[in-house]
Amino acid sequence: MPIDFPILNFQAIAPELVVVVAAFVVMFMELFVDDKRILGYISLVGLTMAAILNFSLMASFAPPTFQTMLISDGYSLILNLIFIIAAALSILISLSYLSDRELQHGEYYALLLFATVGMMLMGAATDLIIVFMGLEIMSIALYILAAFNRQQLGSGEAGMKYFVLGAFASAFFLYGVALVYGATGSTNLQEIGSWFSADRGNLGDPIALVGLSLLLVGFSFKIAAVPFQWWTPDVYHGAPTSVTAFMSVGAKAAGFASLMRVLMISFGDAFTVDWQLAVAVLAVITMTGGNIAALAQKDVKRMLAYSSIAHAGYILVGVVPGTMNGVQGVLFYLLSYTFMNIGAFAVITVLERRSQVGSAIQDYAGLASRSPLLALAMLLFMVSLTGIPPFIGFWGKLYVFRAAVEANMSWLAVAGMINSAISAFYYLGIVVQMYMRPVATAEDGDVAPALKLSAPVVVTLVVTVIVTVIFGIWPTPLVDLTSLAVFG
Amino acid sequence: MIGQVPLSYYLLLSAILFAIGAGGVLIRRNVIIVLMCVEMMMNAVNLTFIAFSRYLDSTTGQIFVFMIMAVAAVEVAVGLALLVELNRHKDSVNINDFNSLKG
Repeated sequence: MPIDFPILNFQAIAPELVVVVAAFVVMFMELFVDDKRILGYISLVGLTMAAILNFSLMASFAPPTFQTMLISDGYSLILNLIFIIAAALSILISLSYLSDRELQHGEYYALLLFATVGMMLMGAATDLIIVFMGLEIMSIALYILAAFNRQQLGSGEAGMKYFVLGAFASAFFLYGVALVYGATGSTNLQEIGSWFSADRGNLGDPIALVGLSLLLVGFSFKIAAVPFQWWTPDVYHGAPTSVTAFMSVGAKAAGFASLMRVLMISFGDAFTVDWQLAVAVLAVITMTGGNIAALAQKDVKRMLAYSSIAHAGYILVGVVPGTMNGVQGVLFYLLSYTFMNIGAFAVITVLERRSQVGSAIQDYAGLASRSPLLALAMLLFMVSLTGIPPFIGFWGKLYVFRAAVEANMSWLAVAGMINSAISAFYYLGIVVQMYMRPVATAEDGDVAPALKLSAPVVVTLVVTVIVTVIFGIWPTPLVDLTSLAVFG
Repeated sequence: MIGQVPLSYYLLLSAILFAIGAGGVLIRRNVIIVLMCVEMMMNAVNLTFIAFSRYLDSTTGQIFVFMIMAVAAVEVAVGLALLVELNRHKDSVNINDFNSLKG
């Protein structure tokens, strides 16, 4: 009896493999290295190699491989790039942040790399099994990372909350997968899609519709869309800031990556009408809810947590039309958000007090006179997050809103713009503190926190500021990159 | 396909189990019971998968169940470790006691 060996194209998952190997090297070296920061640099080397491989793969895309479980196409490769950049920048922030708090352990870097692999798998998955595995590899590593600061109750609490709600969401996601599998007889995204388009009599199948809505619920938890966002503020607030920076960017991008692939490929054409309105409503309440809650915040870290909910809403605007332009807009937005948001969190790590959870807004008072460059960097990130030209955040918003207008959903774009205006209040509130308030002194009963700028943090800030400004003035390279990913 | 028991019975049973689990996560305050409720939801999903797998005569569902079982085991391990860690700060397993993060 002849045995058919499946075709395994290891080249297609080369970046993932490199990151996995780097994670194992970190775990192994942990035994021999005393200064654990070296492990951070090893991780950076691994991530750089993965990024280089990733770029080399962009020359030629492979068809689905590993029995159509995974694909290495432009879409997955650009998402890989986002995850790698997010991981690398977070590691740069972590190096000094962890040392300051006596949390410098090798596991941190290994877990961060494993979470990155999970995200990369989610971007590359063309089968719901791999989507689920990627989701769990990412989430389980992040649960532990959120609880990494063992000296603080807040960190453990963040980990616990993230874990309980994450597992709860996974169960919903899985139930959705089970029902879709029952309705269509397959877990492969392409096969699910062709089943629906081949047999149009099945479109009203209640099992498939319930399955689709449960999948949406599961993804909404991961991208922190209202009304599934309860965990976000607490988790982002309590987790170590370097982890929050990584989660707010990477986990969100990974959630959007699979959400879009599932919606476009499996529930394309025939189903668009069914999910379009649901996702549009989700987008509007997400950005409004996030922005309004952010207005009331007195803690910068918590405020950025709420603002990341609002950003999930803006990104959903790009998902709603279900068009290729929408996908391109979302990819551009995710890429730009990676830089400006991690940059903002890098500033927070500089000002965060060691004994305290979060970073009070009063601590930013008079920052402009204490460190003009740091204040300028924060100003740029805040303005860019608001979406004011000529910074990178403006182009991200422009592209997702344009996709909505092209799909005759101008009301969605209008809602997005009104929300951007609302967000200016709290973003610029920080700017007001930095530039127009006096520095707190001992006479006020509260001394401003010391500024702890280390070389890796400076590198992070320089990179993020340069990208935010340069690609804001001249976005063409990033637009070309994202359109290459979507249109080939 | 499934002997004398029709598919809908299995689906109904797993839907009920899932609902009980979800209700438990939302209502119960003891973290350990919440973990058990999450497990219950996962196992309801497993039952759905296996019922469909037999009904459709496809093995994909059963393979998926193995994945879910492995992941569920990992999740419990991590969850209990987190709880032990939390217990060092606060001698409680009640979810309402973990409320230091507010705003």
